[in-house]
Amino acid sequence: MFRHGSRLLTRATAMTWRRPFSTELSAEHSVDSTFVEAWKKLIPNTEPPKTPSAYMNPRPATPSSIPSKLSVNFVLPYSSELSGKEVDMVIIPATTGQMGVLPGHVATIAELKPGVLSVHEGNDVTKYFVSGGFAFVHANSFADIIAIEAVPLDRIDPNLVQKGLTEFTQKLSTASTDVEKAEAQIGVDVHSALNAALTG
Amino acid sequence: MASNAAAPFWRSAGMTYITYSNLCANLLRNCLKEPYKSDALSREKVHYTISKWENGKPQKPTIRSDTPEE
Repeated sequence: MFRHGSRLLTRATAMTWRRPFSTELSAEHSVDSTFVEAWKKLIPNTEPPKTPSAYMNPRPATPSSIPSKLSVNFVLPYSSELSGKEVDMVIIPATTGQMGVLPGHVATIAELKPGVLSVHEGNDVTKYFVSGGFAFVHANSFADIIAIEAVPLDRIDPNLVQKGLTEFTQKLSTASTDVEKAEAQIGVDVHSALNAALTG
Repeated sequence: MASNAAAPFWRSAGMTYITYSNLCANLLRNCLKEPYKSDALSREKVHYTISKWENGKPQKPTIRSDTPEE
């Protein structure tokens, strides 16, 4: 019964070509040499075609020592608020709570909840209220934050926030179907977060 | 294997993530101060026509728009 065991085992170990993980991206574009060799044999006079990755700028490599600044890209569907800005820290409103991201932070993907995003650069703090989105922190101290809608705090009208909060709290108590309850709950969450942002 | 983490309340009520995040964004836009509020709401307006096809031919198109027909 175990006669074939060793054969299968050698076959399995012979096939261990480990694909590199995306966290180990090389700094330069690496060409697939077997493909290039085969191309040159068949078609010696034409250059082998380039793949899309040959045209992209490679991701900056993860430095061996922790860099002093974090580079932040903060984008919205209609505009790019911060593009490669070097900052000391950003605090993002993740669903798991306020997360502080410093240079050298471990690579993370976080879903954002409605809340305040603050960007700390020296003594300046810029705050935005974000309605939701995602934040990707890479090992090389780059942070990509994508939000559906984000506004600086001074563009929010406190009266409208109060009105919305009372309206949705009332809708929550009178809601009957699951969908209505969910919508009312979302309304209450967003407006209380807005309230906390304005008063905090 | 452990079961997946408990779904957020909107997912168990049948709402998708896109609907949820668009709802949050709209609620935020409705709470803005005046020039920003009308800018944001007008930025998000959509206007498109739909035609259903039957037997290889397009039927009469319908227009969907945030602004009513002027």
